[in-house]
Amino acid sequence: MRQEKAFDERLERKGVSRRDFLKFCSLVSATMGLAPSLAPKIAEALTSPQRTPVVWLSFSECTGCPEGLLRTMYPWIDELVLDVISLDYHETLMAAAGKQSEQVLQTTVDKYPGKFICVVDGAIPTAENGVYGMIGGKTMLDIAKEVCPKALANICIGTCSSYGGLPAASPNPTGAKDLESALGEALKTPVVKVPGCPPNPINFVGTVVNYLLFGKLPDLDDKKRPLFAYGRTVHDTCQRRSHYEGGEFVTEFGSKEAELGYCLFQMGCKGPETYNNCSIVKYNDGTSWPVQAGHPCIGCSEPEFWDKMSPFYKSL
Amino acid sequence: MAERIVVDPITRIEGHLRIEVEVANGKVTNAWSSSTLFRGLEIMLKGRDPRDAWLITQRSCGVCTYVHALASVRSVDNAVGVRIPENARIIRNLLMGAQFLHDHIVHFYHLHALDWVDITGALKADPKKTADLANQVSPAGKSGVNDFKAVQARLKKLVESGQLGIFAGGYWGHPAYKLPPEVNLIAVSHYLEALRQQARTARLHAIFGAKNPHLQSLVPGGVTCVADLNPDRIAEFKYLWLETMDFVNNVYIPDVVAVAGFYKDWGKIGGTTNFLTYGEFPQSEKEPDSMVLPRGAIFKRKVGDVQPVDISQIQEHVKHSWYEGEGALHPASGETKPNYDKLDVGNRYSWMKAPRYKGEPMEVGPLARVLVAYGKGHQPTKTAVDGLLKKLTIPQEALFSTLGRTAARALETKIIGEAMEGWITQLVTNLKNGDKKTYQPYEMPEQAAGFGLNDVPRGALGHWIEIKDKKIGNYQLVVPSTWNLGPRCAQNKMGPVEEALVGTPVADPKRPVEILRTVHSFDPCIACGVHVIDPQTNEVYKFKVV
Repeated sequence: MRQEKAFDERLERKGVSRRDFLKFCSLVSATMGLAPSLAPKIAEALTSPQRTPVVWLSFSECTGCPEGLLRTMYPWIDELVLDVISLDYHETLMAAAGKQSEQVLQTTVDKYPGKFICVVDGAIPTAENGVYGMIGGKTMLDIAKEVCPKALANICIGTCSSYGGLPAASPNPTGAKDLESALGEALKTPVVKVPGCPPNPINFVGTVVNYLLFGKLPDLDDKKRPLFAYGRTVHDTCQRRSHYEGGEFVTEFGSKEAELGYCLFQMGCKGPETYNNCSIVKYNDGTSWPVQAGHPCIGCSEPEFWDKMSPFYKSL
Repeated sequence: MAERIVVDPITRIEGHLRIEVEVANGKVTNAWSSSTLFRGLEIMLKGRDPRDAWLITQRSCGVCTYVHALASVRSVDNAVGVRIPENARIIRNLLMGAQFLHDHIVHFYHLHALDWVDITGALKADPKKTADLANQVSPAGKSGVNDFKAVQARLKKLVESGQLGIFAGGYWGHPAYKLPPEVNLIAVSHYLEALRQQARTARLHAIFGAKNPHLQSLVPGGVTCVADLNPDRIAEFKYLWLETMDFVNNVYIPDVVAVAGFYKDWGKIGGTTNFLTYGEFPQSEKEPDSMVLPRGAIFKRKVGDVQPVDISQIQEHVKHSWYEGEGALHPASGETKPNYDKLDVGNRYSWMKAPRYKGEPMEVGPLARVLVAYGKGHQPTKTAVDGLLKKLTIPQEALFSTLGRTAARALETKIIGEAMEGWITQLVTNLKNGDKKTYQPYEMPEQAAGFGLNDVPRGALGHWIEIKDKKIGNYQLVVPSTWNLGPRCAQNKMGPVEEALVGTPVADPKRPVEILRTVHSFDPCIACGVHVIDPQTNEVYKFKVV
């Protein structure tokens, strides 16, 4: 009870009503396919007094994944990084720079061995001993070797750290690899992959919540993606599915059929081969998702999609 | 005694950047900017379907998402010779306008503000005084005593927890921080508010662009979001636009003015010499004449003498980059190969090349755009700039500075934001008149070449494409941060950020917050700045620059 009271006070101080907060918890439990009765438990897990330390390593990437995380609304990003977790190292947001920032990373790794969560975005250049990507005078490969095995778990956010993504697209000029392949056996700690280009932040938050709530990582598919988010294909859950069944297809952008929201299969939609929950949770507070905006799915949460799913406008 | 300082990584930017400076008698006397990541997107583009290029190049950068998407579809539009419908041009402009609104707010509050604002200073503020001050400065909401008390309590709680998170290791308490506690508290409060505002503003992109970051509603020939051109969606867009403009007018700009008032000495630090813009926001097919923000070049700070831009005068130098060769390479005839040896600021020290226009380094971005527009007599820009100079009681020369760069970014946010209203009205008028056309079909030619130019939040951006057998034969990006953050050229002339850093004071070499101020004022975006050639054939550079 005491903890619950403290938690309410903290919410209040943040200017967040308990109702808003529970709305988030319900959304997360729905995303994760959990019973609605678990929502209060999620609330509790999210507000424990000691915040779980998180270090976020950005390698060969475009910063789309860190930016994507900034778009989270339940909880808002300020709540997530100041109240739920302790985001100790994150190059895009952190105040510290240069030596001080590297010290912060070292401190967290030393102080919480086996207890911090390591989030990785971006692939790891491995050609020429990793010279194509350096931070603070070290190669990204060396940084990953040093930090990731010491984490409680590694969450690969985005398709680059999960499967290589764009840097590894043919002909992969920098020998870029996903985290697991780059580190090989040196990486003994668990890995969860939250792919997408970038992924919906709700899937990342859901993964973190799963850990905070159950003390374990979520159930994964054979590509190490959480089943709660990547358990079904985009095609299975698509709002336009009935048009597919009814043989109503768009054959030209901007056409009458496009205006009517017919199926984009013939325009190259990769929804049937793509596991993700885009059509259910949508992006940016449920505002839209590619198919709703009239554009075919490009399969961005699948391994090697830049090569295997392209040309993107050619039908499966 | 000269001392070398290295800041690596420069945080609160996109990508991976290293800055080295030489300091003597408390001032920077020399500087070197190094980009430390290389991805090679141009190599990957070769042989792919030209229609796919925009999806790939958009991943140049997730902070300035959309801008490479737009440059790329423009280059393919241009190559295949398709004339996009007016509604498509309007939607593309609205999405670009939204990008500026979002990007500049995030830059000021989350990437730049902590160079000027001491988070710990906010703890000492009196909430009542803070509220009084805030109410004097602007009519922004959430500025009551209780609002500031709540922010302060939250901050205190964070500090007491011992887990400072993203605020750990900052240069707090540094003597270069000049804001009174109350101004610090207002700024911290708005830092947090802006974190939420940016998430809402990004919805502007999702409405007509599916999602943000990395939109998905463009195609060569137009846009795909025809089903979203309905009253509900337009109203949603307009509401979010209004909310964002309220934030820009009542929070962002007043904050920049208030903070600048305590840092007027930065109106004499961090300036550069030459400026280049491609222009942006075409109002018709006539480019560059119909653009809201004009195209132009300024040499030696002569704002009254804006010159037309001749794109063929661009050259890229590699003498100080990790590529083979010494001289100035015209993009049409490069013989370049990646050649990493070691980081040696006396020799080669960056993956970026050094672009030059008529042999000169050119600053691109908000300050360049504001100066060119001002020089060309663009009325909204003149009004905004003159108003700011008067309010701060600083001379026009103060624009050539770190302060001027940061202020120009805020001013253009308002100027662009206000222009967006007219585009929304135009879209509604077209729809009312039964014009719902958003896409123009075209044939993919066997051979073609084209280019797409934009002015994006960080500056002048160009994509060049060559189509061969209906596939991408060659593709080239020349991007803003290469102009601003690139290394020295064959003539050993410094790049803009290097030039800007010289003369910057450094009070404590171990905590060089002043360096961050000038570097961050350029809003570096490095991932897209590093573009690459094919190590074997170098074909990416076999381009005719138009």
